[in-house]
Amino acid sequence: MTKDEALALYRSMLLIRRFEERCAQVYVEGKIGGFLHLYIGQEAIAVGAMSLLRPDDYFLGSYRDHGYALARGTDPRPLMAELWGRASGISRGKGGSMHFYDVPSGNFGGDGIVGGHLPIAAGMGYAIRLRNTDQVVVCFFGDGAVNEGAFHEALNVSALWGLPVVYVIENNRYGMGTSLDRASSVKDLYQRGSAYGIPRRDVDGMDLLTVRGALAEAIDRARREKSPTLLEVETYRYRGHSMSDPGKYRTKEEVEEMMRHDPILRFASVLGEQHRVAPAELEAIDKDVQDQVAESVRFAEESPWPSAEELYQDVYVRSPYIHAKAAEKDPAWRAAEAQDRVPERFPAWTQQAAPAKVES
Amino acid sequence: MPVISMREALNSAMREEMRRDPSVFLLGEEVAEYQGAYKITQGLFQEFGEWRVRDTPIAEEVIAGVAVGAAFVGLRPIAEMMTFNFSLLALDQIVNHAAKYRYMSGGQIRCPMVMRGPSGAAAQVAAQHSQAFESWFAHIPGLVVVMPSTPKDAKGLLKSAIRDDNPVIFMENEVLYNLKGEVPEAEFTIPLGLGEVKRAGNDVTIVAWSRSVQYALQAAELLAKDGVEAEIVDPRTLRPLDEDVIFDSVRKTNRCVVVEEGWRYAGFGAEIADRVQRECFDALDAPVIRVTAADVPMPYSKILEKAFLPQPEKVIEAVRQVLYR
Repeated sequence: MTKDEALALYRSMLLIRRFEERCAQVYVEGKIGGFLHLYIGQEAIAVGAMSLLRPDDYFLGSYRDHGYALARGTDPRPLMAELWGRASGISRGKGGSMHFYDVPSGNFGGDGIVGGHLPIAAGMGYAIRLRNTDQVVVCFFGDGAVNEGAFHEALNVSALWGLPVVYVIENNRYGMGTSLDRASSVKDLYQRGSAYGIPRRDVDGMDLLTVRGALAEAIDRARREKSPTLLEVETYRYRGHSMSDPGKYRTKEEVEEMMRHDPILRFASVLGEQHRVAPAELEAIDKDVQDQVAESVRFAEESPWPSAEELYQDVYVRSPYIHAKAAEKDPAWRAAEAQDRVPERFPAWTQQAAPAKVES
Repeated sequence: MPVISMREALNSAMREEMRRDPSVFLLGEEVAEYQGAYKITQGLFQEFGEWRVRDTPIAEEVIAGVAVGAAFVGLRPIAEMMTFNFSLLALDQIVNHAAKYRYMSGGQIRCPMVMRGPSGAAAQVAAQHSQAFESWFAHIPGLVVVMPSTPKDAKGLLKSAIRDDNPVIFMENEVLYNLKGEVPEAEFTIPLGLGEVKRAGNDVTIVAWSRSVQYALQAAELLAKDGVEAEIVDPRTLRPLDEDVIFDSVRKTNRCVVVEEGWRYAGFGAEIADRVQRECFDALDAPVIRVTAADVPMPYSKILEKAFLPQPEKVIEAVRQVLYR
């Protein structure tokens, strides 16, 4: 890994951290609503995975989904605008925090149903096999999802049919407020892979390079051997399950202990030792990231609200197989468009000038 | 015109669409080597092979989920539910995923899939295997719900459902699988959301779909002997609904009976009754009467099963009520 590549990974983790710190702040200020599940502490997983995926690969995650989009390189501006519920949001203000989708980048988003996206990941893997391409699917979910029936059904068929899907358990030790010890009969979650006879391993999720190594192996196996893998990546969320969760089920000492293993601090020391990166360089990156986040907030605040017509748009795809007589009477059918909508793109962030909006 | 069964009509619709479009594939329990639990998929495995006709484990959530995921990336899956009773295990995939991802993503995603299989009562298979769930699916924005009553409709509507870019719930009926009817030999489709008058008459409108059309037809024959000519209107698609074909008939007959195999409580017939009373209020000479299943689980015993279901005699009774005879 070159110094520039390493710095890009560092910047990506820091962008997730600073973006979400700002999310927490504006949530408390009442500027955004709904649920807000923060990824802070888990950044190495999304960043490690996205650094390995090809542009034509697919991925899906749970509702704690900000990190995947940011790590994939989706512009923070439409993401922040989504939290604001604005028309310029990545999902046009219809999804919110749990539903960041960016299909042109292979991002099939955040799913609000625990385990609900695992069978869908298997379906994407099935499509890859049927079309005989060498794409892969990476599916992220929490330790809570392994107790859902969907986990079992998806892993069984993935193994049975040889689907190129990497299943990544982000084990942050708690399914909302219930500790893993109280939810899973087997504590080493990767061992559940043995039930399906698939490759499986346990990974330190607080170390970016370890995560990358394990994912590289699993992604390569999916691509070449058409085999699923189950990875248990051990991590920790510093914040509560969501903003309404004070986290009383765990001790202050436990949280502080885990924060000592912070993935961003750990990678900073790697940068210093192996790439001779000076502290001032890291500070400059931090400054730039914070400016970028501030710009995303400005963008969100200044963006227009969705129009009234937007309420009925995107329920259906306009179709020549639906008779006009029935379609014309239903506002959702009247508003249906034949094409998929593509998120708006904006010029890349540069520190010097906050860019203006351009046509995509 | 050749006369074929609904089973053959459904089979040929899938075969033709799979030949026409390599992105169409079929998955479900017993659809391949066993040739289909009800033989709807007979011969497809031999023609198209295991990746396009896939036997699955008994795991309804992943059957639906694989269809949803494959549809999201551009394939056109047909997920067979051995019966719609088992679709309850797949409901999260349909309601929370297939129906909603386009909306939640601001129009980035489409889900061109079909979930199909028999629904409604069969013969003495009791409470867990005799349920009519069309009201549940028709309730969900984002879904299309189709319920054919004849072999021709089954073929034309299934072909449209496969080609359509929205998630389609295509509910067949086991008792109708052997029903024979004329089906054109040449290529044809029937648009979704277009109803049809199955029997013309001037005295009363009977709205019915799927197997209920049979109850209505039998009732109409008996009523005709008494000089009552019933018009039977089959919406064929419950969502979106062809209101006009219903309203036009009611405005002509001034009386309306709705027949459904589902439970009365919050059943789909209530949706039709609501629309008819609002849009045809001035034309109505009597309240809209609904003939439904009894509001109890389906019993096993033959005699109780008959009492549970809407029967031609119950339809006749309802018609007499709206005619005040």
